[in-house]
Amino acid sequence: MSKSRRLKLRIFRVVVLLLMGAFFLLPIGAMLEFSTRGNDVTSPRTLDAWVRIAQTPGLVKGIVVSLQLAVITSLGMLALLLPTMVWVRLRLPRISRIVEFICLLPLTVPAIALVVGLKPLYVWVNINVTPSVLALAFAYLVLVLPYSYRALDAGLAAIDLKTLSEAAQSLGAGWGTVMLRIIIPNMPSAILNASLLSVALVLGEYTVANLLNFQNLQVEVAYVGLTDANTSTAVAVGALLLAFVLLMVLTLVGGRLQQQHYIPGQRA
Amino acid sequence: MEELSRRYGPVVALNELTLTMAPGELVALLGPSGCGKTTALRLVAGLEEANGGRVVFGGKDVTGLPASKRDVGMVFQAYSLFPHMTAMQNVAFGLTLRHKTADERKNRAGEMLELVGLSGFADRYASQLSGGQQQRVALARALAIEPTVLLLDEPLSALDAKVRSRLRDEIRRVQLEIGITTLFVTHDQEEALAIADRVGVMQSGHLEQLGPPTEIYSRPATPFVAEFVGLTNRLAGEVKFGMVEVRGTQLPLVQPNAPTGPAIALVRPEAVSLAAEAAMGNGPLVGTVIAVAFLGATSRITVDLGDGVTVLAQMPTSAAAATPAGTRVRLALRDDPVLIAREEKASGDA
Amino acid sequence: MRDTPAPTTAAGPTGGGRRFPLSWIGAVPFFAYVGLFLLLPTAIVVIGSITAPGGGVTLSNFAGIDKPFMSKVFANSLGVSVVSAVAGAVLGAILAYAVVTGNPNGLLRRSIMSASGVLAQFGGVALAFAFIATIGTTGFVYVFLKSHGIDIYANTVWFYDPPGITLIYLYFQIPLMVLVFLPALDGIRPQWREATESLGGSTWHYWRYVAGPLLAPAFLGCTLLLFANAFSAYATISALLTNGSNYVPLQIQALLTGETEQSQPGLAQALALAMVLIVVVVMTLYALLQRRTSRWLQ
Repeated sequence: MSKSRRLKLRIFRVVVLLLMGAFFLLPIGAMLEFSTRGNDVTSPRTLDAWVRIAQTPGLVKGIVVSLQLAVITSLGMLALLLPTMVWVRLRLPRISRIVEFICLLPLTVPAIALVVGLKPLYVWVNINVTPSVLALAFAYLVLVLPYSYRALDAGLAAIDLKTLSEAAQSLGAGWGTVMLRIIIPNMPSAILNASLLSVALVLGEYTVANLLNFQNLQVEVAYVGLTDANTSTAVAVGALLLAFVLLMVLTLVGGRLQQQHYIPGQRA
Repeated sequence: MEELSRRYGPVVALNELTLTMAPGELVALLGPSGCGKTTALRLVAGLEEANGGRVVFGGKDVTGLPASKRDVGMVFQAYSLFPHMTAMQNVAFGLTLRHKTADERKNRAGEMLELVGLSGFADRYASQLSGGQQQRVALARALAIEPTVLLLDEPLSALDAKVRSRLRDEIRRVQLEIGITTLFVTHDQEEALAIADRVGVMQSGHLEQLGPPTEIYSRPATPFVAEFVGLTNRLAGEVKFGMVEVRGTQLPLVQPNAPTGPAIALVRPEAVSLAAEAAMGNGPLVGTVIAVAFLGATSRITVDLGDGVTVLAQMPTSAAAATPAGTRVRLALRDDPVLIAREEKASGDA
Repeated sequence: MRDTPAPTTAAGPTGGGRRFPLSWIGAVPFFAYVGLFLLLPTAIVVIGSITAPGGGVTLSNFAGIDKPFMSKVFANSLGVSVVSAVAGAVLGAILAYAVVTGNPNGLLRRSIMSASGVLAQFGGVALAFAFIATIGTTGFVYVFLKSHGIDIYANTVWFYDPPGITLIYLYFQIPLMVLVFLPALDGIRPQWREATESLGGSTWHYWRYVAGPLLAPAFLGCTLLLFANAFSAYATISALLTNGSNYVPLQIQALLTGETEQSQPGLAQALALAMVLIVVVVMTLYALLQRRTSRWLQ
């Protein structure tokens, strides 16, 4: 590459990264600024809005509910999807395209449209059973399918599933042992990836909860925002920064797990 | 090229390399990875800029010209075909850039595909061609623009063994047919020796030896060349009176002024002959055959000398049949001039 | 666990006999679940949209879409989706190119990819607040610019209009583009540029004849994906526009949860089906373009 082209490319990269950086960082900065604003522009910076998070029962409840939903959805997703994907790869490879199609289907059915179809189901359930906000997990499991499927599929593609499970079975292991002791330990980063994507999606979910009249974190944030925008903004930026930290951790941990995977002997 | 240099930061990838090629000659640059051979080729192509030195094509200095103005044909290691074009379109692409008419393009590209034996594959995309076919299309594409120089950057290294030797001969045939000056970079010594008029062996950015393949093989100028090209036995010995004594045999030296004292002599397996212990006089070198590897017309025999040192001997398979594994044998070393390995290695191996 | 019927490896072509093959057992929970929570709701939407309030098949629900007001709603939704998809695709591709020309294992690339992962999913209430805090009428940037004599709302407060919504959508469209377009850029081999150069081509020739045509299907496909993404988005506009329902998802919400006389589940289902159909068409095209891309740029 010639010197002048390298220089041009360098300038191009710096300019692009600076402009994009400004576009993406400004709103986050503005949220931090807004959430520490006093009553009017002249009053001093204050953390009142952040303190009020803990004093707003709705927000606290929303945070707890959303965290519970995140955990339930992630575990449910793993329990439903992982055994199915392993089973299909080993025993029913001819339906793998169908499973993939179904898992990616939620990408083409907008959440708002899915809600239209889910509403009658939930109404019917609510008539017969005491409604619980945790029932949202059923719908969320569907929403996370595409992302979890891709993450787990990448993980399964990286290990020689057939040989591993045949080797384990030849040593006398049953299906459960193969799943828990052979397959899961061999794809930690894919499982972590799938779970964290699910957690991120559930913590940010608003559409389904709002339209099915459940109060999760985002619905509460929107509600509180009508009267106390500062506090809502504080929660919103807090959740966003938390998501960043989670994904950074994933990148670092994932990178390390990957390395362990490929360098034999490091695992001891 | 003259005194070409290329540095990457503090790393000198190419150190004042000078190489002059005769018109129509095929020179192979041979060396381990990181020796600077690819850098040299890319400097000639104009894909990298030299820190010093000049590149001259037929009296015309092209050092300052970018790759697109140099008129070089280049074949890369692999995957260089444009995947959205057919074989024909790939070959014709350089002509398109030169604003040739559609007829000219079609005729020329067709000719080139025929030259590489792929006339029937003109409409295939790269993904529908085997690795060897892709490389042939790449060769046709490089030649279509009638370049001054043809540059081949390890064009065979991504192929499997059988295709490799066939395509190697094919490249040589095409090159001779067109008579184009060609620089061929490879890390495979067999490939370099088989295809080139002259071979340049490179190490750490400089040329160790440049000469016809036979000379490179039989009269290596440096220990590095001897060890990199072909197999060698490393035998402990002692230099005195302008000869080296290896286990009782006096051998002439390539380097006449090698320092007196303990040394490692490099002996080709073909220079070692064997006979059943009883059959051959009373030479001092005896050992036990521990393995016989059948290579086709020749066989390679591994002999254990009893003190932990093993020696390789190569001979016609018919001769090797006399000494199966387990036979006690007497060894003789032919008195070809031998090289002495460098000191730092000698101490470790002795 | 150990009583797995190992000999009945029915994966072969003989497996599909009259009896329910044992090898299907492992897939039953999955199909039961998606049947209940994904396929059934979809079926409800389809059937509901062609069912008259009193029962019986009808297309009258779709007649509700064919009203001037509804065309305006669709035009709004489509307009915001198209503009934010095209702008997001162009800007995202430029950012992806800036990323891909850097160190492939560098910190910059890894951070941008992680950040894109978060921001592509970022939407709804938090995103609405982020932009209210930035360029809302009391927002940081707006106030700052105004105090320096630049009033971006001099003529009209366009923040809540399609231009404003489009700008806000770029906040998740650009990162999504980076995520989906980067693999295609990674598939571009440096040899292609060098081959072009050695054949006498300039940078312009390279982009015009090689990189451009190679990336075009991927670019177009990703743009379609961005369109579907914007078209399906509900949370952000819902949080931003607390009254009025000028976009398709907001119409559905109003029809679904509105007062009794406004509540028209049939029309809501018809709108939902229309959305699904648009997205399905777009995503099918995306999949086709993606297949071509993967053949060229693995």
